Amino acid sequence: MESGHTTPPADNGAGLARRTWGRLSRFREGTLILTIIGICILMSFLSPYFLTPDNLRTTILSFAINGIVVIGMTIVMVNGGIDLSVGSVMALIGAVAGRLYQSGVSIWIAAPIALVMGALLGLFNGFFITRVGLSPFITTLAMLSIARGAAFVVTQGIPLSLYSMPDSFKAIGRGDVAGVPVVIGIFIIFVILADFLMRRSTILRRVVYTGSSEKAALFSGINVRAVKMGVYILSSFLAGLGGILSIARFATATPYFASGLELQAISACVIGGASLAGGDGTIIGSVFGIALLAIITTSMILLNVSVYWQDLVSGLILLTAVSIDYFTHSKGK
Amino acid sequence: MNPPPAARNRRVVAPPLLSNKQQESEVGQVPGTPILEVKNISKRFPGTQALAGVSLSVSPGSIHAVVGENGAGKSTLMNVIAGVYQPDEGAVVIDGAEARIENPYDAQKLGVGFVHQEIALCQHLTVAENIFMSTINDSNQLIMNMNGYYRRAAELLSAFGADIRPRQRVSELTISQQQVVEIAKALSMNCRLIILDEPTAALTEAETEALFSIVHRLVKTGIGVLYISHRMREVFENCDTITILRDGKLIDTVHTAETTTSAVVDKMVGRALSELYPPKLSAEPDEGEVLLEIRNLASHGDFRGVSFRLHRGEILGLFGLMGAGRSEIAKTICGLQERTAGEVLVHGTAVRIASYPDAISHGMVYLTEDRKTEGLFLPMSLKHNISAIDLRSISARALINSKKESTRASGYISLLGIRATGIQQKVASLSGGNQQKVLIGKLLSVEPRILFMDEPTRGIDVGAKSEIHKLLRDLARKGVGIVVISSELPEIIGLCDRVLVMHQGTSTGIMKGREITEEAVIRRASGI
Repeated sequence: MESGHTTPPADNGAGLARRTWGRLSRFREGTLILTIIGICILMSFLSPYFLTPDNLRTTILSFAINGIVVIGMTIVMVNGGIDLSVGSVMALIGAVAGRLYQSGVSIWIAAPIALVMGALLGLFNGFFITRVGLSPFITTLAMLSIARGAAFVVTQGIPLSLYSMPDSFKAIGRGDVAGVPVVIGIFIIFVILADFLMRRSTILRRVVYTGSSEKAALFSGINVRAVKMGVYILSSFLAGLGGILSIARFATATPYFASGLELQAISACVIGGASLAGGDGTIIGSVFGIALLAIITTSMILLNVSVYWQDLVSGLILLTAVSIDYFTHSKGK
Repeated sequence: MNPPPAARNRRVVAPPLLSNKQQESEVGQVPGTPILEVKNISKRFPGTQALAGVSLSVSPGSIHAVVGENGAGKSTLMNVIAGVYQPDEGAVVIDGAEARIENPYDAQKLGVGFVHQEIALCQHLTVAENIFMSTINDSNQLIMNMNGYYRRAAELLSAFGADIRPRQRVSELTISQQQVVEIAKALSMNCRLIILDEPTAALTEAETEALFSIVHRLVKTGIGVLYISHRMREVFENCDTITILRDGKLIDTVHTAETTTSAVVDKMVGRALSELYPPKLSAEPDEGEVLLEIRNLASHGDFRGVSFRLHRGEILGLFGLMGAGRSEIAKTICGLQERTAGEVLVHGTAVRIASYPDAISHGMVYLTEDRKTEGLFLPMSLKHNISAIDLRSISARALINSKKESTRASGYISLLGIRATGIQQKVASLSGGNQQKVLIGKLLSVEPRILFMDEPTRGIDVGAKSEIHKLLRDLARKGVGIVVISSELPEIIGLCDRVLVMHQGTSTGIMKGREITEEAVIRRASGI
């Protein structure tokens, strides 16, 4: 028996193009890519600056760090959970690394310590979710508040100036390698790695099983608790990594940094096809989701639309994307 | 060796109703006028003719069964009667007048109550709030008169003789009690015809019995019942008339008293099922090598002092009434429930099983009785469902080899005769029998030596059922030891080489060969 996805017989380019188009529009990611291409084409007519390498670079930079956090959020959501604490954890970890640096610790030691702390915050979330049995929403809502509060305590409410950090560290956030910003490079590597592991690794497959049906996973001999614990650790770790990359890029650590990031990340995942009920979602989809949001923001800036419109438009895009998906994919199943 | 089907259907559990069947109702309709008549209903869906010219009629005070394999059109027919679907042709006549039923609300107004297979109650609300949901919805009072609703709910429920209080939350009730609430909800709208769609699929023997005594009480008041089921024994014990559907067509309508199970089953499947069960082990079942030995096993309040041996190549039945602890024994052995006492020996050595993965590593697997919530990953593909229990053998260094994964899944499709469009098909869209086969394929992927099958044929059609029976026997012949837990006595008797009977958490004996008769099993299960 075969699945119907057999390799087609050799044929000409036109057929290939048609099939590629057909395939693209069939998948969630495909619809998103087409939307993004459409906006880019439209924008290239409206603003000559849009399709310049500079603008491309600025746009990708604007979501590369958040994109790493979105990877973690996707995995949490595929697992059937949610992590509202990512923005706060990102701010706190940046602040902790900054504070340690200011108190005389080398940033090269401070950053790994802060990253471990990020993972521990995830362990804390995971403990309350898997051992105490609280819902992920409540647990991470509490962590949202705890980590944000801690960030204010650590910084005493004042942005920490970190300009004296060694250039070699700041280069992670600002430097280029072969013309590509390091941050973008890290982001792309993470995306490719995560997407590959999502499709192929046994560990992330267990995450999908658990998200699809926790009971069925249990009755398939999957260690559901360990899986869930793992995804929250991963999510907080990636948020912490985002925090470290941010201080390298901006050379400051501010307590109110990345507030509201959790909602942006969830929107990106949902636009990319993730379901709040778990079991569904892809890394690529979520990344395109956040890319779409960033492109819209850039476009509005180029078109001189007041920044006050941005959140409003992002919300409308979320609604539109989810509605289109509902009518084209979910309905009739 | 097997008793003939007719003998297997002797009434052993449910009380006979019969005496009141012909009783005239006092509810005001002309005697003889059917409550419901379905005339030449046809319904076409893209790609299938779901119903083709089906007719039936239900008289007041009678229980009318509708039977057929999955896909025969039973659910479509019920959905037409209840206004969920509109027929392409034909008419629904209620109390002698042609009815226009455009939505479920119309059906309710006309006195048709539909109790779905899946319970659809608000778990957090009280019994009374659930029963009067639509009354409250229709009411134009701003403030609900809760005391009034509680009183009326109590009146309704008293007719059932069930211990349900109107102020109780639905989540505190057992499934059969919830079904009673569903029925009470239908009755609160003065319904005259109740459609029960496989109400016993999730019930134990005792709960089924309780439900039927309520149904019999109801029909005495002149209500008509349309009863859909896979379970021949329940149909024969409780229903007056049987309508058989196959492939959307009406095959026959017969009086229960004038037919036999095998005749009905033959009409359902459209061929004669000569052997309902595969032949049993010819050798003595308890002389083979001992695969598994259980000594004095106990788990909390569920069961205690359970000991038995499972031999190579045998099918051991585990039978008991509700609360006897059957599933719990299997779950405890497999590490899915905590063991409080006793020993588990695999191949003669005591093993420590703290979690299900431990059991799997000793070659033991458990097929859950709750296919939809504990078994399947419904939104996922057939291929991914089969892989769930054993990713190791299709992966290298924690990376899945998708070619190996597909090959293995395709292998199980052909081995088990799963009818699907391919390995990518979502299991949610498979029929019950095929879903069950996917689950079995998932278990077989670890090449188990000991299989615990909890209700392996619950809610699946007759054809798939006998295929699974045959599969289990083939596995046993290859040396697997199988424990079958079933609420269906004919299945236990027809399939198993030996039977362990449970009564209220303790074993009341193991039988083999000719000792396995309905009377003997029931007597032990009831603790007599």
